Amino acid sequence: MQYKAPLETYTGRIKEVIIGRGAIAVKIGGENILPLHYFEGTAVNRTVIALEVDDNSAAGWAGWVVEPFKDVVSDPIKWARRCMELGADLICLHMESTDPQGANRPAEEAAALVKEMLSKVDAPLIVYGCGDEKKDVEVLTRVAEACKGENLLLGPAVKENYEAIARAVSENGHCIIAQTPIDINLEKELNVKLLKQLPPQRIVIDPLSSALGYGMEYSFTIMERTKQIGVIHGDMAMQIPIIADLGGECWKTHYAKANGEQGILWEGITAMSLLLAGANILVLRHPDNCRMVKEAIEGKF
Amino acid sequence: MAIKGTDIVKKLPEGGKKNCKECGLPTCFAFAMKLASGGITLGKCPYISPVVKAELEDALSPPIRPVIMGTGANAITAGDEQVLYRHEKTFVHQPGIAVLISDDEPEAEIQDKIRKFKELQFSWVGKTLRADMLALRHKPGDPARYEALVKRILAATDCPLLLMSENIDTLLSAHSICAERKPLLYPVTPANVEKIVPAVKVKPSPVTAKADNINGLVPITNRLKEAGIEDVFLDPGSMDLQSAIRDQTLIRRAALKQSFRPLGYPTVAFPCLMAKDRKREMLLASLFVVKYAGIIVLSHLDEHSLLPLLVQRLNIYTDPRMPMSMEENIYPINNPDASSPVLITTNWALTYFLVAAEIESSKVPSWLCVKEAGGLGVLTAWAAGKFSGDSIAPFIRKCSIESKINHRRLIIPGKVARIRHELTEALPDWEIIVGPGDANEIPAYLPNLVKSWKR
Repeated sequence: MQYKAPLETYTGRIKEVIIGRGAIAVKIGGENILPLHYFEGTAVNRTVIALEVDDNSAAGWAGWVVEPFKDVVSDPIKWARRCMELGADLICLHMESTDPQGANRPAEEAAALVKEMLSKVDAPLIVYGCGDEKKDVEVLTRVAEACKGENLLLGPAVKENYEAIARAVSENGHCIIAQTPIDINLEKELNVKLLKQLPPQRIVIDPLSSALGYGMEYSFTIMERTKQIGVIHGDMAMQIPIIADLGGECWKTHYAKANGEQGILWEGITAMSLLLAGANILVLRHPDNCRMVKEAIEGKF
Repeated sequence: MAIKGTDIVKKLPEGGKKNCKECGLPTCFAFAMKLASGGITLGKCPYISPVVKAELEDALSPPIRPVIMGTGANAITAGDEQVLYRHEKTFVHQPGIAVLISDDEPEAEIQDKIRKFKELQFSWVGKTLRADMLALRHKPGDPARYEALVKRILAATDCPLLLMSENIDTLLSAHSICAERKPLLYPVTPANVEKIVPAVKVKPSPVTAKADNINGLVPITNRLKEAGIEDVFLDPGSMDLQSAIRDQTLIRRAALKQSFRPLGYPTVAFPCLMAKDRKREMLLASLFVVKYAGIIVLSHLDEHSLLPLLVQRLNIYTDPRMPMSMEENIYPINNPDASSPVLITTNWALTYFLVAAEIESSKVPSWLCVKEAGGLGVLTAWAAGKFSGDSIAPFIRKCSIESKINHRRLIIPGKVARIRHELTEALPDWEIIVGPGDANEIPAYLPNLVKSWKR
């Protein structure tokens, strides 16, 4: 019996999404291969890594992951610059301070911060609201307006508030994060709804990333299935890039907080798993993982 | 691609029209269908020719052969996988995690590795996680040194062993010392296969075919099969992450999608020899957990890197067809005692993980009671009548939480605040406290609540 390498090619292709503007813009998606299957085709754009910046001085962050940023955590601009120096492809700004349960910072101030970051840091930006579905509409709308035409990636848009956020995103030239709670049917449903308001080149899916040991396998399988439905089966509603916002989930676990080395691997192994499942953007907190997972994406080790 | 009953029947005596009934079934067709589903053995047909029997045995055997290493309670099985992606069914045999010990390592290091191999065990949601086997490598030099290492390990543990030596005589003499323990031999190459075959025929042991690429494996496994040796592992010699993904994927596909028998065996992966430092080695190991390795050999074991890898292995090998639910039970978090607070939630796995994670991060020692509620979340379970005062009360009485604590305070999820009254009626000796509506408020809520009790 002769061995003939069982190579496969597929007809489906993930849509390409651009984040940011001009020379610093990053492109994600565009692939018609399975994750890291560079031996079967070209990943037009390889998975990118965003380092997370918190606008609330890293309140509640594990000490190990604050360490590389400890002199800049109260200044999101300097923090973002540090992230870029450490090799991040882009910045993911989490607006925790806008949380009505917490500091409840007004939308206006949040928008001013994003605007300042755009003018002072050469990096494409992802902006996550605090997750309060009402406040997020307010904050993300103000951010979208204040940064008109800057092509930010804004979210999360959930089934309760997607219409208003999609409107702000559409009118002001940005991209949207469609977030659903670890459920592939709800994910597709929200995509279909958003596609009535926005072209697929302006949508990124966030199926929620659970940490290792806390339901990671569910996120893994939803991302793997989403990618296969898009690439192998050619379902247009699933040909949308995926964001895995996993850093915060990993570093809030007891196991990551207990020991720094363990924390790095908790985040690193979760990132490797979701990378292999098909994430196009990985949002991480620790610079070591930014460096190592980037090497993995490039196939260097 | 398993063979179908309709294809089997054509190969039976008289083209499947003999219908002698001697197998106990009414027709050859019924026999063929039962063969295909694994419900009967070929031996039941008295008239089948030896040639057809061999052919059908081959076609009916699993596309990736299950191979057992070691003996007794510690034996581990690799292979027998039926899918490329866990959502297609499930992955079956999680990869054995091995740690490498070379015979030229300093004595203190060898001792340390043996000690850690024995001691490092983690308890995780009712399971014990640990490394499974030792890989013993002979470095060019004194064969007696290798033999001494093997003997010492045999005396120290009864785990499965991977014996590694480029020197075939050293390998075979180590094998002869412990053949009854069914060690896995490494490597079998075109250069040494003729020496391996007779030794393994006399004292059966699984072996690892090793080549520089997938193509190179085929003549080796063909030769082994011809000699009747089928307990085989594969090492395609992947040198980096890129080739590792390619090789593992193509081997699995060839076995499952092309029914290509020469590659229908589990694989061995060596992140210990590929990575430039320990963290990268663990990330590479995590890739091999997702991408199909049957054994993963690490260069070292340490508490903080082994646990995340073992948890990942457990996650990836969890059967996705199982409902996403937890066992009804009391789960202790942060080492609770008799005065610790008691919280209750439903048994949807994600609800549990979320609530457990938030309690953990609150650092408050607590008891989390998980009530069977059809694997539903809190609000849906309540709507379905599975998380009401009437059903929670008997659970609290029978779950033995009352014997673990010296108070009677129960914190219920804020989303079902409305059941407080009925629960108070059903559990008159308990104080029912309405907790936060969202799990992420627990870290702020719980410490304050406990503080208020102390005042």
